[in-house]
Amino acid sequence: MGELRLMKGNEVLAEAAVRCGCDGYFGYPITPQSEVMETLMELRPWETTGMVVLQAESEVASINMVYGAAATGKRAMTSSSSPGVSLMQEGISYIAGAELPCLIVNVQRGGPGLGTIQPSQADYFQTTKGGGHGDYRLITLAPASVQEMHDFVELAFDLAFKYRNPAMILTDGALGQMMEKVELADQKPRWTREEILARSGSWATTGKTPDRQRNVVTSLELDSEKMEQNNIRLQAKYQQIEENEVRYEEILCDDAEYLMVAFGTSSRVCQKALEVLREQGVKVGLLRPITLWPFPSKVIGEMARKVKGILVVEMSAGQMVEDVKLAVFDACCCVPVAYTGRMGGILPSPGEVVEAFEQKLLKR
Amino acid sequence: MTEEIIIAGFGGQGVLSMGKILAYSGIMEDKEVTWFPSYGPEMRGGTANVTVILSDTRISSPVLHEFDTAIILNQQSMDKFEKAVKPGGVLLYDPNGVIHPPTRKDIRIYKVEGTRAAVEMGNPKVFNMIVLGGYLKVKPVINLANVERGLQKSLPERHHKLIPLNLEAIRKGGEILEAN
Repeated sequence: MGELRLMKGNEVLAEAAVRCGCDGYFGYPITPQSEVMETLMELRPWETTGMVVLQAESEVASINMVYGAAATGKRAMTSSSSPGVSLMQEGISYIAGAELPCLIVNVQRGGPGLGTIQPSQADYFQTTKGGGHGDYRLITLAPASVQEMHDFVELAFDLAFKYRNPAMILTDGALGQMMEKVELADQKPRWTREEILARSGSWATTGKTPDRQRNVVTSLELDSEKMEQNNIRLQAKYQQIEENEVRYEEILCDDAEYLMVAFGTSSRVCQKALEVLREQGVKVGLLRPITLWPFPSKVIGEMARKVKGILVVEMSAGQMVEDVKLAVFDACCCVPVAYTGRMGGILPSPGEVVEAFEQKLLKR
Repeated sequence: MTEEIIIAGFGGQGVLSMGKILAYSGIMEDKEVTWFPSYGPEMRGGTANVTVILSDTRISSPVLHEFDTAIILNQQSMDKFEKAVKPGGVLLYDPNGVIHPPTRKDIRIYKVEGTRAAVEMGNPKVFNMIVLGGYLKVKPVINLANVERGLQKSLPERHHKLIPLNLEAIRKGGEILEAN
Protein backbone atom coordinates (compact mmCIF):
# COMPACT_ATOMS: atom_id res chain seq x y z
CA MET A 1 0.00 0.00 0.00
CA GLY A 2 1.31 3.43 -0.93
CA GLU A 3 1.75 6.35 1.42
CA LEU A 4 -1.51 7.77 2.84
CA ARG A 5 -1.87 11.53 3.16
CA LEU A 6 -4.48 14.22 3.61
CA MET A 7 -4.06 16.48 0.60
CA LYS A 8 -5.77 19.09 -1.54
CA GLY A 9 -6.68 18.08 -5.06
CA ASN A 10 -4.31 20.69 -6.48
CA GLU A 11 -1.39 19.46 -4.35
CA VAL A 12 -2.11 15.89 -5.41
CA LEU A 13 -1.92 16.82 -9.11
CA ALA A 14 1.64 18.02 -8.49
CA GLU A 15 2.66 14.97 -6.41
CA ALA A 16 1.19 12.60 -8.97
CA ALA A 17 3.00 14.34 -11.83
CA VAL A 18 6.39 13.97 -10.13
CA ARG A 19 5.70 10.39 -9.03
CA CYS A 20 4.61 9.14 -12.46
CA GLY A 21 7.83 10.44 -14.01
CA CYS A 22 6.57 13.57 -15.78
CA ASP A 23 9.40 15.43 -17.57
CA GLY A 24 8.16 18.98 -17.52
CA TYR A 25 5.49 21.30 -16.12
CA PHE A 26 4.94 24.74 -17.64
CA GLY A 27 2.32 26.98 -16.08
CA TYR A 28 1.09 30.37 -15.06
CA PRO A 29 -0.65 31.01 -11.72
CA ILE A 30 -4.42 31.45 -11.50
CA THR A 31 -6.90 30.81 -8.68
CA PRO A 32 -8.22 28.22 -7.85
CA GLN A 33 -5.32 26.06 -9.09
CA SER A 34 -2.20 28.00 -8.10
CA GLU A 35 -1.26 25.30 -5.56
CA VAL A 36 -0.31 22.99 -8.44
CA MET A 37 2.77 24.99 -9.37
CA GLU A 38 3.37 26.11 -5.75
CA THR A 39 3.52 22.46 -4.67
CA LEU A 40 5.84 21.57 -7.56
CA MET A 41 8.15 24.43 -6.59
CA GLU A 42 8.19 23.14 -3.00
CA LEU A 43 8.85 19.56 -4.12
CA ARG A 44 11.85 20.73 -6.21
CA PRO A 45 11.72 17.67 -8.50
CA TRP A 46 14.55 19.08 -10.66
CA GLU A 47 16.83 17.98 -7.81
CA THR A 48 15.44 14.44 -7.65
CA THR A 49 13.88 13.15 -10.89
CA GLY A 50 15.19 15.95 -13.07
CA MET A 51 11.69 17.15 -13.94
CA VAL A 52 11.56 20.75 -15.18
CA VAL A 53 9.13 23.12 -13.46
CA LEU A 54 8.84 26.50 -15.10
CA GLN A 55 6.63 29.51 -14.54
CA ALA A 56 6.02 30.95 -17.99
CA GLU A 57 5.21 34.58 -18.74
CA SER A 58 1.63 33.73 -19.73
CA GLU A 59 -0.75 30.86 -20.45
CA VAL A 60 -0.06 31.28 -24.17
CA ALA A 61 3.64 30.77 -23.50
CA SER A 62 3.08 27.79 -21.20
CA ILE A 63 0.95 25.80 -23.68
CA ASN A 64 3.53 26.46 -26.42
CA MET A 65 6.30 25.27 -24.09
CA VAL A 66 4.25 22.10 -23.62
CA TYR A 67 3.96 21.88 -27.44
CA GLY A 68 7.73 22.10 -27.79
CA ALA A 69 8.51 19.63 -25.01
CA ALA A 70 5.88 17.15 -26.24
CA ALA A 71 7.41 17.26 -29.74
CA THR A 72 10.55 15.67 -28.27
CA GLY A 73 8.63 12.64 -26.98
CA LYS A 74 8.78 13.77 -23.36
CA ARG A 75 5.90 13.81 -20.91
CA ALA A 76 4.89 17.47 -20.58
CA MET A 77 1.95 19.09 -18.84
CA THR A 78 0.34 22.36 -17.87
CA SER A 79 -2.53 23.35 -15.63
CA SER A 80 -4.72 26.40 -15.41
CA SER A 81 -8.26 27.52 -14.66
CA SER A 82 -10.99 28.54 -17.09
CA PRO A 83 -9.84 32.01 -18.31
CA GLY A 84 -6.27 30.69 -18.61
CA VAL A 85 -7.41 27.61 -20.52
CA SER A 86 -9.30 29.87 -22.93
CA LEU A 87 -5.99 31.59 -23.68
CA MET A 88 -4.44 28.18 -24.42
CA GLN A 89 -6.98 27.10 -27.03
CA GLU A 90 -4.85 28.01 -30.06
CA GLY A 91 -1.95 25.95 -28.73
CA ILE A 92 -4.23 23.03 -27.87
CA SER A 93 -5.59 22.95 -31.42
CA TYR A 94 -2.01 22.99 -32.80
CA ILE A 95 -0.98 20.15 -30.46
CA ALA A 96 -4.02 18.11 -31.52
CA GLY A 97 -3.26 18.86 -35.18
CA ALA A 98 0.40 17.86 -34.77
CA GLU A 99 -0.74 14.72 -32.92
CA LEU A 100 1.32 15.23 -29.81
CA PRO A 101 0.71 13.60 -26.43
CA CYS A 102 0.49 15.92 -23.41
CA LEU A 103 -1.62 16.64 -20.35
CA ILE A 104 -3.64 19.80 -19.74
CA VAL A 105 -5.50 20.26 -16.44
CA ASN A 106 -8.41 22.66 -16.16
CA VAL A 107 -9.45 23.40 -12.55
CA GLN A 108 -12.61 25.19 -13.64
CA ARG A 109 -14.00 28.39 -12.12
CA GLY A 110 -17.22 30.27 -12.85
CA GLY A 111 -17.45 32.26 -16.06
CA PRO A 112 -17.97 33.63 -18.61
CA GLY A 113 -15.16 36.16 -18.80
CA LEU A 114 -13.00 36.65 -15.75
CA GLY A 115 -16.02 35.46 -13.76
CA THR A 116 -15.36 34.22 -10.25
CA ILE A 117 -12.82 32.02 -8.47
CA GLN A 118 -15.49 29.59 -7.23
CA PRO A 119 -16.01 26.12 -8.75
CA SER A 120 -17.91 25.53 -11.98
CA GLN A 121 -18.35 22.96 -14.76
CA ALA A 122 -19.17 25.42 -17.51
CA ASP A 123 -16.14 24.54 -19.66
CA TYR A 124 -17.68 21.22 -20.71
CA PHE A 125 -18.50 22.51 -24.20
CA GLN A 126 -15.07 24.09 -24.58
CA THR A 127 -13.34 20.84 -23.64
CA THR A 128 -15.45 18.21 -25.36
CA LYS A 129 -16.54 20.10 -28.47
CA GLY A 130 -13.20 21.75 -29.22
CA GLY A 131 -12.54 25.21 -27.78
CA GLY A 132 -9.93 25.74 -30.46
CA HIS A 133 -10.42 25.59 -34.21
CA GLY A 134 -10.69 22.57 -36.46
CA ASP A 135 -12.00 19.01 -36.16
CA TYR A 136 -10.13 17.74 -33.13
CA ARG A 137 -10.88 15.95 -29.88
CA LEU A 138 -9.35 15.93 -26.42
CA ILE A 139 -9.38 12.75 -24.35
CA THR A 140 -11.13 14.15 -21.29
CA LEU A 141 -11.07 12.64 -17.79
CA ALA A 142 -13.33 13.98 -15.05
CA PRO A 143 -12.19 13.02 -11.51
CA ALA A 144 -14.73 13.01 -8.67
CA SER A 145 -12.40 12.62 -5.69
CA VAL A 146 -8.95 13.70 -4.61
CA GLN A 147 -7.80 10.09 -5.12
CA GLU A 148 -8.92 10.27 -8.75
CA MET A 149 -7.10 13.61 -9.15
CA HIS A 150 -4.01 11.54 -8.31
CA ASP A 151 -4.82 8.45 -10.37
CA PHE A 152 -5.87 10.28 -13.53
CA VAL A 153 -2.54 12.08 -14.01
CA GLU A 154 -0.74 8.88 -14.96
CA LEU A 155 -3.81 7.52 -16.77
CA ALA A 156 -4.04 10.72 -18.83
CA PHE A 157 -0.37 10.45 -19.85
CA ASP A 158 -0.82 6.76 -20.73
CA LEU A 159 -3.84 7.51 -22.94
CA ALA A 160 -2.15 10.54 -24.48
CA PHE A 161 0.86 8.46 -25.54
CA LYS A 162 -1.23 5.46 -26.59
CA TYR A 163 -3.06 7.63 -29.13
CA ARG A 164 -0.59 10.51 -29.66
CA ASN A 165 -3.30 12.90 -28.59
CA PRO A 166 -3.58 15.66 -25.96
CA ALA A 167 -5.47 14.61 -22.83
CA MET A 168 -7.35 16.89 -20.47
CA ILE A 169 -8.22 16.45 -16.81
CA LEU A 170 -11.38 18.52 -16.43
CA THR A 171 -11.95 19.26 -12.76
CA ASP A 172 -13.09 22.25 -10.71
CA GLY A 173 -12.20 24.55 -7.84
CA ALA A 174 -14.05 22.40 -5.31
CA LEU A 175 -11.93 19.31 -6.03
CA GLY A 176 -8.83 21.47 -6.31
CA GLN A 177 -9.32 23.07 -2.88
CA MET A 178 -10.80 20.09 -1.06
CA MET A 179 -8.65 17.77 1.06
CA GLU A 180 -9.25 14.04 1.20
CA LYS A 181 -7.35 10.91 2.08
CA VAL A 182 -5.16 9.89 -0.82
CA GLU A 183 -2.92 6.92 -1.41
CA LEU A 184 0.15 8.10 -3.30
CA ALA A 185 1.84 5.93 -5.93
CA ASP A 186 5.49 5.02 -5.54
CA GLN A 187 8.02 7.14 -7.41
CA LYS A 188 8.64 5.96 -10.96
CA PRO A 189 11.71 7.03 -12.92
CA ARG A 190 11.40 9.36 -15.91
CA TRP A 191 11.80 7.66 -19.26
CA THR A 192 15.39 7.31 -20.37
CA ARG A 193 16.49 8.46 -23.82
CA GLU A 194 16.45 4.81 -24.98
CA GLU A 195 12.88 4.37 -23.74
CA ILE A 196 11.78 7.56 -25.51
CA LEU A 197 13.44 6.41 -28.74
CA ALA A 198 11.80 3.00 -28.51
CA ARG A 199 8.39 4.50 -27.78
CA SER A 200 8.32 7.66 -29.89
CA GLY A 201 11.42 7.54 -32.09
CA SER A 202 9.32 7.21 -35.24
CA TRP A 203 7.82 10.68 -34.87
CA ALA A 204 9.52 12.66 -32.08
CA THR A 205 12.22 15.25 -32.69
CA THR A 206 14.90 13.44 -30.72
CA GLY A 207 17.84 14.60 -32.84
CA LYS A 208 18.38 13.27 -36.37
CA THR A 209 20.87 10.44 -36.79
CA PRO A 210 22.37 9.43 -40.19
CA ASP A 211 20.33 6.24 -40.28
CA ARG A 212 16.93 7.89 -40.50
CA GLN A 213 14.91 10.61 -42.17
CA ARG A 214 14.14 13.86 -40.37
CA ASN A 215 11.06 13.72 -38.09
CA VAL A 216 8.87 16.76 -38.71
CA VAL A 217 6.28 17.88 -36.16
CA THR A 218 3.75 20.32 -37.60
CA SER A 219 0.05 20.96 -37.91
CA LEU A 220 0.53 22.86 -41.21
CA GLU A 221 -0.32 21.24 -44.57
CA LEU A 222 -1.13 23.66 -47.38
CA ASP A 223 -2.08 20.94 -49.86
CA SER A 224 -5.78 20.45 -49.17
CA GLU A 225 -5.83 16.91 -50.54
CA LYS A 226 -3.16 15.96 -48.02
CA MET A 227 -4.83 17.99 -45.27
CA GLU A 228 -8.04 16.10 -45.81
CA GLN A 229 -6.10 12.85 -45.52
CA ASN A 230 -4.67 14.13 -42.22
CA ASN A 231 -8.21 14.77 -41.02
CA ILE A 232 -9.37 11.34 -42.14
CA ARG A 233 -6.50 9.80 -40.18
CA LEU A 234 -7.42 11.86 -37.10
CA GLN A 235 -11.08 10.86 -37.35
CA ALA A 236 -10.13 7.18 -37.60
CA LYS A 237 -8.05 7.59 -34.45
CA TYR A 238 -10.92 9.33 -32.66
CA GLN A 239 -13.24 6.50 -33.63
CA GLN A 240 -10.79 4.00 -32.18
CA ILE A 241 -10.68 6.00 -28.93
CA GLU A 242 -14.48 6.08 -28.82
CA GLU A 243 -14.55 2.29 -29.22
CA ASN A 244 -11.89 1.52 -26.60
CA GLU A 245 -11.65 4.18 -23.94
CA VAL A 246 -15.13 4.99 -22.63
CA ARG A 247 -15.07 4.99 -18.84
CA TYR A 248 -17.95 5.50 -16.41
CA GLU A 249 -19.21 4.45 -13.00
CA GLU A 250 -22.67 3.08 -12.25
CA ILE A 251 -24.08 3.51 -8.75
CA LEU A 252 -27.23 1.55 -7.88
CA CYS A 253 -28.24 1.35 -11.55
CA ASP A 254 -29.29 -2.33 -11.57
CA ASP A 255 -32.81 -1.87 -10.23
CA ALA A 256 -33.11 1.83 -11.10
CA GLU A 257 -36.43 3.21 -12.33
CA TYR A 258 -34.94 6.70 -12.63
CA LEU A 259 -31.45 7.83 -13.54
CA MET A 260 -29.27 10.77 -12.59
CA VAL A 261 -26.28 11.63 -14.77
CA ALA A 262 -23.53 13.85 -13.38
CA PHE A 263 -19.73 14.09 -13.44
CA GLY A 264 -17.05 15.37 -11.06
CA THR A 265 -18.21 17.40 -8.06
CA SER A 266 -21.85 17.31 -9.22
CA SER A 267 -21.77 13.52 -9.13
CA ARG A 268 -20.75 13.65 -5.46
CA VAL A 269 -23.72 15.92 -4.70
CA CYS A 270 -25.97 13.51 -6.63
CA GLN A 271 -24.73 10.55 -4.58
CA LYS A 272 -26.06 12.26 -1.45
CA ALA A 273 -29.33 13.11 -3.21
CA LEU A 274 -29.56 9.48 -4.30
CA GLU A 275 -29.17 8.29 -0.70
CA VAL A 276 -32.01 10.61 0.38
CA LEU A 277 -34.30 9.49 -2.47
CA ARG A 278 -33.53 5.80 -1.91
CA GLU A 279 -34.50 6.25 1.77
CA GLN A 280 -37.85 7.54 0.51
CA GLY A 281 -38.21 4.38 -1.56
CA VAL A 282 -37.52 5.97 -4.95
CA LYS A 283 -35.42 3.60 -7.07
CA VAL A 284 -32.89 5.96 -8.58
CA GLY A 285 -29.42 5.21 -9.92
CA LEU A 286 -26.48 7.43 -10.80
CA LEU A 287 -24.38 7.18 -13.91
CA ARG A 288 -21.12 9.10 -13.64
CA PRO A 289 -19.21 9.64 -16.89
CA ILE A 290 -15.49 9.40 -16.10
CA THR A 291 -14.45 10.12 -19.69
CA LEU A 292 -16.43 13.13 -20.95
CA TRP A 293 -14.92 12.47 -24.35
CA PRO A 294 -15.30 9.73 -25.39
CA PHE A 295 -18.77 10.07 -23.87
CA PRO A 296 -20.56 6.97 -22.48
CA SER A 297 -23.45 7.41 -24.95
CA LYS A 298 -24.09 3.72 -25.43
CA VAL A 299 -24.64 2.83 -21.78
CA ILE A 300 -26.80 5.93 -21.28
CA GLY A 301 -28.89 4.85 -24.28
CA GLU A 302 -29.26 1.36 -22.81
CA MET A 303 -30.26 2.78 -19.42
CA ALA A 304 -32.72 5.15 -21.10
CA ARG A 305 -34.71 2.17 -22.38
CA LYS A 306 -35.13 0.89 -18.81
CA VAL A 307 -35.96 4.03 -16.82
CA LYS A 308 -38.92 6.42 -16.55
CA GLY A 309 -36.89 9.62 -16.50
CA ILE A 310 -33.36 11.06 -16.44
CA LEU A 311 -32.09 14.06 -14.48
CA VAL A 312 -28.77 15.62 -15.51
CA VAL A 313 -27.10 17.70 -12.79
CA GLU A 314 -24.35 20.17 -13.70
CA MET A 315 -22.58 23.25 -12.37
CA SER A 316 -23.43 25.06 -15.60
CA ALA A 317 -26.52 26.16 -17.51
CA GLY A 318 -26.80 22.62 -18.89
CA GLN A 319 -24.09 21.48 -21.29
CA MET A 320 -23.58 17.73 -20.84
CA VAL A 321 -27.38 17.39 -20.89
CA GLU A 322 -27.15 17.89 -24.68
CA ASP A 323 -24.95 14.79 -25.00
CA VAL A 324 -27.33 12.82 -22.77
CA LYS A 325 -30.24 13.86 -25.01
CA LEU A 326 -28.29 12.77 -28.10
CA ALA A 327 -27.55 9.42 -26.47
CA VAL A 328 -31.25 8.94 -25.68
CA PHE A 329 -32.19 10.00 -29.22
CA ASP A 330 -29.66 7.56 -30.74
CA ALA A 331 -31.24 4.79 -28.67
CA CYS A 332 -34.60 5.65 -30.35
CA CYS A 333 -36.01 6.34 -26.94
CA CYS A 334 -38.31 9.15 -25.78
CA VAL A 335 -37.79 9.10 -22.02
CA PRO A 336 -37.88 12.62 -20.50
CA VAL A 337 -34.45 14.17 -19.89
CA ALA A 338 -34.45 17.03 -17.38
CA TYR A 339 -31.65 19.29 -16.18
CA THR A 340 -30.93 21.04 -12.93
CA GLY A 341 -27.86 22.91 -11.75
CA ARG A 342 -26.31 26.11 -10.50
CA MET A 343 -24.05 28.58 -12.27
CA GLY A 344 -21.41 31.20 -11.68
CA GLY A 345 -19.50 29.39 -8.93
CA ILE A 346 -22.44 28.08 -6.87
CA LEU A 347 -22.62 24.37 -6.06
CA PRO A 348 -26.07 22.77 -6.03
CA SER A 349 -26.89 21.30 -2.61
CA PRO A 350 -28.13 17.73 -2.24
CA GLY A 351 -31.47 19.19 -1.03
CA GLU A 352 -31.83 21.23 -4.22
CA VAL A 353 -31.14 18.17 -6.36
CA VAL A 354 -33.76 16.11 -4.47
CA GLU A 355 -36.28 18.93 -4.91
CA ALA A 356 -35.57 19.25 -8.63
CA PHE A 357 -35.83 15.48 -9.04
CA GLU A 358 -39.23 15.44 -7.33
CA GLN A 359 -40.52 18.41 -9.31
CA LYS A 360 -39.24 17.45 -12.74
CA LEU A 361 -39.46 13.65 -12.73
CA LEU A 362 -41.94 12.67 -10.03
CA LYS A 363 -44.12 15.74 -10.75
CA ARG A 364 -44.74 16.19 -7.02
CA MET B 1 -20.77 5.93 11.11
CA THR B 2 -20.87 9.20 9.19
CA GLU B 3 -20.38 12.54 10.96
CA GLU B 4 -20.95 15.72 8.98
CA ILE B 5 -19.57 18.83 10.67
CA ILE B 6 -19.45 22.53 9.84
CA ILE B 7 -16.87 24.68 11.63
CA ALA B 8 -17.46 28.41 11.14
CA GLY B 9 -15.93 31.61 12.42
CA PHE B 10 -13.57 34.43 11.44
CA GLY B 11 -10.45 33.94 9.35
CA GLY B 12 -7.50 33.72 11.76
CA GLN B 13 -9.39 31.82 14.48
CA GLY B 14 -7.92 28.54 13.33
CA VAL B 15 -11.14 27.24 11.79
CA LEU B 16 -9.45 25.60 8.80
CA SER B 17 -6.61 24.10 10.83
CA MET B 18 -9.01 22.71 13.43
CA GLY B 19 -10.80 20.96 10.57
CA LYS B 20 -7.52 19.74 9.15
CA ILE B 21 -6.40 18.21 12.45
CA LEU B 22 -9.80 16.54 12.83
CA ALA B 23 -9.55 15.16 9.29
CA TYR B 24 -5.98 13.91 9.79
CA SER B 25 -7.04 12.26 13.05
CA GLY B 26 -9.80 10.53 11.10
CA ILE B 27 -7.25 9.08 8.68
CA MET B 28 -5.28 7.74 11.67
CA GLU B 29 -8.45 5.88 12.58
CA ASP B 30 -8.83 4.42 9.05
CA LYS B 31 -11.82 6.60 8.29
CA GLU B 32 -12.69 8.21 4.99
CA VAL B 33 -12.39 11.99 5.32
CA THR B 34 -13.31 15.09 3.36
CA TRP B 35 -12.23 18.64 4.27
CA PHE B 36 -14.00 21.22 2.14
CA PRO B 37 -13.28 24.91 2.82
CA SER B 38 -15.30 27.88 1.72
CA TYR B 39 -12.48 29.65 0.00
CA GLY B 40 -12.59 33.27 -1.05
CA PRO B 41 -10.25 36.11 -1.94
CA GLU B 42 -9.99 37.18 1.72
CA MET B 43 -7.34 35.77 4.07
CA ARG B 44 -7.84 37.35 7.50
CA GLY B 45 -10.82 38.97 9.12
CA GLY B 46 -13.44 37.64 6.74
CA THR B 47 -15.70 34.74 7.59
CA ALA B 48 -14.17 31.30 7.19
CA ASN B 49 -15.86 27.95 7.32
CA VAL B 50 -15.00 24.39 6.57
CA THR B 51 -17.04 21.22 6.19
CA VAL B 52 -15.42 18.11 7.64
CA ILE B 53 -16.92 14.69 6.96
CA LEU B 54 -15.71 11.55 8.74
CA SER B 55 -17.12 8.22 7.66
CA ASP B 56 -16.57 4.48 7.71
CA THR B 57 -17.80 4.33 4.10
CA ARG B 58 -17.20 6.27 0.87
CA ILE B 59 -18.13 9.92 1.30
CA SER B 60 -20.70 11.40 -1.05
CA SER B 61 -21.30 15.14 -1.24
CA PRO B 62 -18.75 17.62 0.13
CA VAL B 63 -21.52 20.23 -0.16
CA LEU B 64 -24.23 19.86 2.47
CA HIS B 65 -27.37 21.74 3.41
CA GLU B 66 -27.63 20.20 6.89
CA PHE B 67 -25.11 18.98 9.44
CA ASP B 68 -24.85 16.56 12.37
CA THR B 69 -22.72 19.12 14.23
CA ALA B 70 -22.12 22.85 13.90
CA ILE B 71 -19.14 24.43 15.68
CA ILE B 72 -19.82 28.16 15.69
CA LEU B 73 -17.35 30.84 16.65
CA ASN B 74 -18.97 34.15 15.72
CA GLN B 75 -22.39 35.78 15.32
CA GLN B 76 -22.44 35.79 11.50
CA SER B 77 -21.88 32.05 11.53
CA MET B 78 -24.59 31.56 14.16
CA ASP B 79 -27.05 33.46 11.94
CA LYS B 80 -26.13 31.27 9.01
CA PHE B 81 -25.67 27.79 10.50
CA GLU B 82 -27.92 27.45 13.58
CA LYS B 83 -30.77 26.56 11.24
CA ALA B 84 -28.59 24.09 9.30
CA VAL B 85 -28.18 21.65 12.22
CA LYS B 86 -30.19 18.45 11.72
CA PRO B 87 -32.96 17.95 14.29
CA GLY B 88 -31.38 16.08 17.19
CA GLY B 89 -27.93 17.31 16.10
CA VAL B 90 -25.31 19.22 18.07
CA LEU B 91 -24.48 22.93 18.13
CA LEU B 92 -21.32 23.90 19.97
CA TYR B 93 -20.33 27.56 20.33
CA ASP B 94 -18.00 29.97 22.04
CA PRO B 95 -20.11 32.73 23.67
CA ASN B 96 -17.32 35.27 23.09
CA GLY B 97 -18.37 36.99 19.89
CA VAL B 98 -21.85 35.52 19.89
CA ILE B 99 -24.35 38.23 20.91
CA HIS B 100 -27.53 36.24 20.35
CA PRO B 101 -27.20 32.73 21.79
CA PRO B 102 -28.89 29.90 19.88
CA THR B 103 -32.59 29.39 20.53
CA ARG B 104 -33.51 26.08 18.90
CA LYS B 105 -35.11 23.49 21.17
CA ASP B 106 -34.81 20.46 18.88
CA ILE B 107 -31.00 20.23 18.98
CA ARG B 108 -28.38 19.71 21.70
CA ILE B 109 -26.56 22.96 22.49
CA TYR B 110 -23.17 23.21 24.22
CA LYS B 111 -20.93 26.11 25.20
CA VAL B 112 -17.13 26.22 25.35
CA GLU B 113 -15.55 29.40 26.74
CA GLY B 114 -12.57 28.83 24.48
CA THR B 115 -11.39 32.42 24.12
CA ARG B 116 -11.26 32.91 27.89
CA ALA B 117 -9.60 29.57 28.56
CA ALA B 118 -6.95 30.24 25.91
CA VAL B 119 -6.06 33.55 27.58
CA GLU B 120 -5.89 31.75 30.95
CA MET B 121 -3.56 29.19 29.41
CA GLY B 122 -1.40 32.10 28.25
CA ASN B 123 -1.61 31.22 24.55
CA PRO B 124 -4.52 32.56 22.46
CA LYS B 125 -3.40 30.36 19.56
CA VAL B 126 -4.62 27.16 21.26
CA PHE B 127 -8.18 28.51 21.16
CA ASN B 128 -9.17 26.21 18.31
CA MET B 129 -7.79 23.13 20.10
CA ILE B 130 -9.81 23.98 23.22
CA VAL B 131 -12.95 24.12 21.06
CA LEU B 132 -11.95 20.85 19.37
CA GLY B 133 -11.59 19.31 22.84
CA GLY B 134 -15.12 20.41 23.68
CA TYR B 135 -16.40 18.82 20.49
CA LEU B 136 -14.59 15.52 21.10
CA LYS B 137 -16.11 15.40 24.59
CA VAL B 138 -19.63 15.76 23.16
CA LYS B 139 -18.95 13.43 20.23
CA PRO B 140 -16.03 11.10 20.84
CA VAL B 141 -15.86 10.18 17.15
CA ILE B 142 -12.07 9.81 17.35
CA ASN B 143 -10.01 8.67 20.31
CA LEU B 144 -7.41 11.04 21.73
CA ALA B 145 -4.43 8.83 20.85
CA ASN B 146 -5.36 9.18 17.19
CA VAL B 147 -5.80 12.95 17.59
CA GLU B 148 -2.23 13.05 18.89
CA ARG B 149 -1.08 11.07 15.84
CA GLY B 150 -3.13 13.42 13.66
CA LEU B 151 -1.32 16.40 15.20
CA GLN B 152 2.04 14.76 14.51
CA LYS B 153 1.10 14.23 10.86
CA SER B 154 -0.44 17.64 10.23
CA LEU B 155 2.10 19.84 12.06
CA PRO B 156 5.52 20.42 10.52
CA GLU B 157 8.29 18.81 12.58
CA ARG B 158 9.61 22.16 13.84
CA HIS B 159 6.26 22.64 15.64
CA HIS B 160 6.19 19.20 17.25
CA LYS B 161 7.36 20.70 20.56
CA LEU B 162 3.92 22.36 20.71
CA ILE B 163 2.02 19.05 20.64
CA PRO B 164 1.86 18.64 24.45
CA LEU B 165 0.41 22.16 24.76
CA ASN B 166 -2.19 21.34 22.08
CA LEU B 167 -3.14 18.11 23.84
CA GLU B 168 -3.45 20.03 27.10
CA ALA B 169 -5.76 22.49 25.31
CA ILE B 170 -7.90 19.62 23.99
CA ARG B 171 -8.23 18.24 27.54
CA LYS B 172 -9.09 21.72 28.84
CA GLY B 173 -11.86 22.03 26.27
CA GLY B 174 -13.40 18.79 27.51
CA GLU B 175 -13.30 20.07 31.10
CA ILE B 176 -14.92 23.46 30.51
CA LEU B 177 -17.68 22.17 28.23
CA GLU B 178 -21.13 23.23 29.45
CA ALA B 179 -24.46 21.88 28.26
CA ASN B 180 -27.04 24.60 27.68
